[in-house]
Amino acid sequence: MKNMKKVISLALTAVLAASMLTGCGGNKADSDTFRIGGIGPTTGGAAIYGTAVMNAAQLAVDEINAAGGVNGYQLALNFQDDEHDAEKSVNAYNTLRDWGAQIILGSVTSAPCIAVAEKTQADNVFQITPSGTAVDCVKYDNAFRVCFSDPTQGVISAQYIKENGLGTKVAVIYDSSDTYSTGIYESFAAEAATLGLEIVATEAFTADTNKDFSVQLQKAKDAGADLLFLPIYYSESALILSQAAQIEYAPVIFSVDGMDGILGVENFDASLAEGVIFLSPFTSTVNAKAEVFSAAYEEKYGEIPNQFAADAYDAVYIIKQALEQGNATPDMSESELCDLLKAAMVEIEFSGTTGNSITWGADGEPTKEPIVIKIVDGVYTIM
Amino acid sequence: MSFIQYLINGISLGSVYALIALGYTMVYGIAKMLNFAHGDVIMVGAFTVYTLCSTLGLPPAVGILVAVVLCTCLGISIEKVAYKPLRKAASPLAVLITAIGVSYLLQNAVLLIFGADTKAFTSVVPIEPIKLADGQISISGETLVTVLVCLVIMVSLILFINKSKVGQAMLAVSEDKGAAQLMGINVNSTIAITFAIGSALAAVAGVLYCSAYPSLTPYTGSMPGIKAFVAAVFGGIGSIPGAFIGGILLGIIETFGKAYISSQLSDAIVFGVLIVVLLVKPSGLLGKNIQEKV
Amino acid sequence: MQKEKINLISKFKNANKNFKSNCITYGIILAAFLLIQILVSAGAVSNLIKGLLVPLCTYAILAVSLNLTVGILGELSLGHAGFMCVGAFAGAFFSKCMVGAIPSAIIRFPLAILIGAVCAGFFGFLIGIPVLRLKGDYLAIVTLAFGEIVKNIINCLYVGRDSKGFHFSMEDTASLGLEEGGEVIIKGAQGITGTPNDSTFTIGIVLLLITLFIVLNLIHSRDGRAIMAIRDNTIAAESVGIHITKYKLMAFSISAALAGVAGVLYAHNLSTLTALPKNFGYNQSIMILVFVVLGGIGNIRGSVISAVILTLLPELLRGLKDYRMLIYAVILIAMMLFNWSPKCRELREKYSFKQLLAKRKNKKEAA
Repeated sequence: MKNMKKVISLALTAVLAASMLTGCGGNKADSDTFRIGGIGPTTGGAAIYGTAVMNAAQLAVDEINAAGGVNGYQLALNFQDDEHDAEKSVNAYNTLRDWGAQIILGSVTSAPCIAVAEKTQADNVFQITPSGTAVDCVKYDNAFRVCFSDPTQGVISAQYIKENGLGTKVAVIYDSSDTYSTGIYESFAAEAATLGLEIVATEAFTADTNKDFSVQLQKAKDAGADLLFLPIYYSESALILSQAAQIEYAPVIFSVDGMDGILGVENFDASLAEGVIFLSPFTSTVNAKAEVFSAAYEEKYGEIPNQFAADAYDAVYIIKQALEQGNATPDMSESELCDLLKAAMVEIEFSGTTGNSITWGADGEPTKEPIVIKIVDGVYTIM
Repeated sequence: MSFIQYLINGISLGSVYALIALGYTMVYGIAKMLNFAHGDVIMVGAFTVYTLCSTLGLPPAVGILVAVVLCTCLGISIEKVAYKPLRKAASPLAVLITAIGVSYLLQNAVLLIFGADTKAFTSVVPIEPIKLADGQISISGETLVTVLVCLVIMVSLILFINKSKVGQAMLAVSEDKGAAQLMGINVNSTIAITFAIGSALAAVAGVLYCSAYPSLTPYTGSMPGIKAFVAAVFGGIGSIPGAFIGGILLGIIETFGKAYISSQLSDAIVFGVLIVVLLVKPSGLLGKNIQEKV
Repeated sequence: MQKEKINLISKFKNANKNFKSNCITYGIILAAFLLIQILVSAGAVSNLIKGLLVPLCTYAILAVSLNLTVGILGELSLGHAGFMCVGAFAGAFFSKCMVGAIPSAIIRFPLAILIGAVCAGFFGFLIGIPVLRLKGDYLAIVTLAFGEIVKNIINCLYVGRDSKGFHFSMEDTASLGLEEGGEVIIKGAQGITGTPNDSTFTIGIVLLLITLFIVLNLIHSRDGRAIMAIRDNTIAAESVGIHITKYKLMAFSISAALAGVAGVLYAHNLSTLTALPKNFGYNQSIMILVFVVLGGIGNIRGSVISAVILTLLPELLRGLKDYRMLIYAVILIAMMLFNWSPKCRELREKYSFKQLLAKRKNKKEAA
């Protein structure tokens, strides 16, 4: 036993020493590529989103490199797993810094993104998150986002429902253990109250009880709700839709960008999602660029991209455009690049898969109009 | 009327927990180990059926059969490689930790093979929901089948353990490994058989679980694994009828908690009830209270 | 007379042995601390390792504190992350409220740590009273249940502050009824954001040393021996007049309080604090248990070492990309088998360094 301890201690020292050495050997020397570091969950429960971002970002980088790069320089992407955990996300960020990342693409999920933003701000590294929706993700001036913020989605949803008279009695089912879902729900509830939209049932579930929704649906049905608002992701929505069908409850279903991708669920019965309305900046048929992207993505990865993928794809092209705007070169330091990109971001007007003529304010928020999408005959249809 | 519907919903959720808990408690009662990888064997079973039936288009019966065989083999090999070397370890916790390692291993292996995307599982139960009281109350086919399968498995397990020779050997091993060995029982193979049965039940549970809640990811198994553990302890460790009752009650409490108290706090309600029950009955609902001797 | 003398000597030797072993433990940590400080000032440490220093201390404290429950008290607890969560939120809540009133981190942070420890310890005490009469797996499941309840409640908890004082709600921000200019501090599932980053490696190491000091001294004290007597045989311990409940509660609450300290350290290392299954769920509790078991149940130094190894390992495996977590699982299983399997132990003893040396010596002597 004693001997064992020695072995372990020795191994540990060796490991520590080795890891430090790898740190020193960070090969920042080659200055002919822009180094982009991506962060997102590629293992764990949120792996769907992180993997989509990783794949799409890689696709965009490959396309750009094949077309001659940015200002004549190539892009390099290194994507690190954060398991949807703030601490792991900071670890991933530090790993990327050791690799020599000059620009951070991420994090994919909100809470980790906030933690990373604290570090990028301290190091003055430019950060653009494809899908970190919480308000605090872009609290600092070096951080920008491609997606909508949570409050925006909640407010727009309430307004759209009210203006179009989609329903009079609203029921909400949200994930009370999730930042994204509660964020949207809260702003939706607040806006609904000011608009006089009646919420008759507010039901929740958590990450540990996200399979059985029969009670929540039954309560919504008993309350006479004619519209069901689902500020959640499509994997849970798919279950809710099939369970609602079982109890023959057919309200108008309204959702947010988390719903995009439901038709891509392997083996999913699309008739269940018929008539679902949701707000999203993207579907695979929203514009010409989206169609090209979707085709390329499907060819490479064998599945239809969701909005996470689209946001990430756009994020890489936004970085490209901003780099070109500022005439950046890879030999600049992270800090110089950050200042340059910060200035460039508020000047550029970007058109991509998730919208046309998007501009950014210094607060990091994009100006883009959400598109209302309805599922008709098993395809996303723009309304 | 809604009360009855909630009750049915509770039973339907509980029957799934019970089904998983039956396999869990089997291993738990006899090999005396918390098999944290049980939930992941369930997930492997579900993925097998998904691949065979939804992707390759084979009939469900074939899929289930292959899944049962595959999971049985998987269970036996996990036991052989990861658990058996530690059976005589100084602490029973050691094997618990390898079980966690196996759980990570299975999750990540499946993640690499199938990817992280959610898959919609096609139900293997072809029965239409039954409607009562002018359609106000509905019972899904999956619920009927799950409850039925649960009862069949429970009764046959009880019969198997109490009547058959192998079952008796299992009981002997669970009471005292050393004494069992002296009586000529092959402890190694008895425990291997226990794992084989437990894993076969996991495959069946996986198929029915995913039929009732048709979404499948590499992490599908971890939550029901823990819930089955809770149900097994709730009913009394090692008690087969206890696992069934524990599972059903767990489902009903969860559903009623959501329906009548708060859906935000449903986890807290379930676990709160569990704590209270265990404080009143410290060895579970049907558990034996063994008096400790000096 | 003679007997007494022998007794005294052996007692002294024993105490001396403990003292020596404790000093080695403190020495290893201090040496590691100095080494890393020197390397950091020489600029030879990667960002990754720099970022990991505080988490390493956090997990080492957690492992040591859980070892008090699992190894010394001999009870299986699966709710350690729950106590960590209580400590983290209590400490972060205090810091967020007081960041204006006490601008100096040197005063504020120790207070936050104290508050986190007291809150977690109090919860440990509260839970301990009814729960500690359960045994084995039943106790394990109740502690697991406690951890899940804490996580669930914190995810629904909203706390805000305005000029009238604090407002609480279990529903949403709107129901707090804050007046204009009010600030929401705990925002349900969105947790606490903007906790000051007060945790540093030095503070982490100091806390780890304090934790070790508390635990090691407890083990070798009269109380500690009473606790271990309960572990080894409850009935026998009771029959010699040891107050079972008192000592069980003592060990359990100290363990919880130390987990609370780790929680505060964790919360002040990141600017966002949310009660996700990943960081405060049963998975985390189980992970801490893995540290304890791998390091050796009851072996405090082992806990520190295995916490460090298992926290570093997934980060160092990043080069493996997609295969990272798979390889991690394989290594975990292999390490467990290597460390715990009776067969491996035999082999290790047979081919151990000491044995080889002894053999060589024997050979030489023979020649």
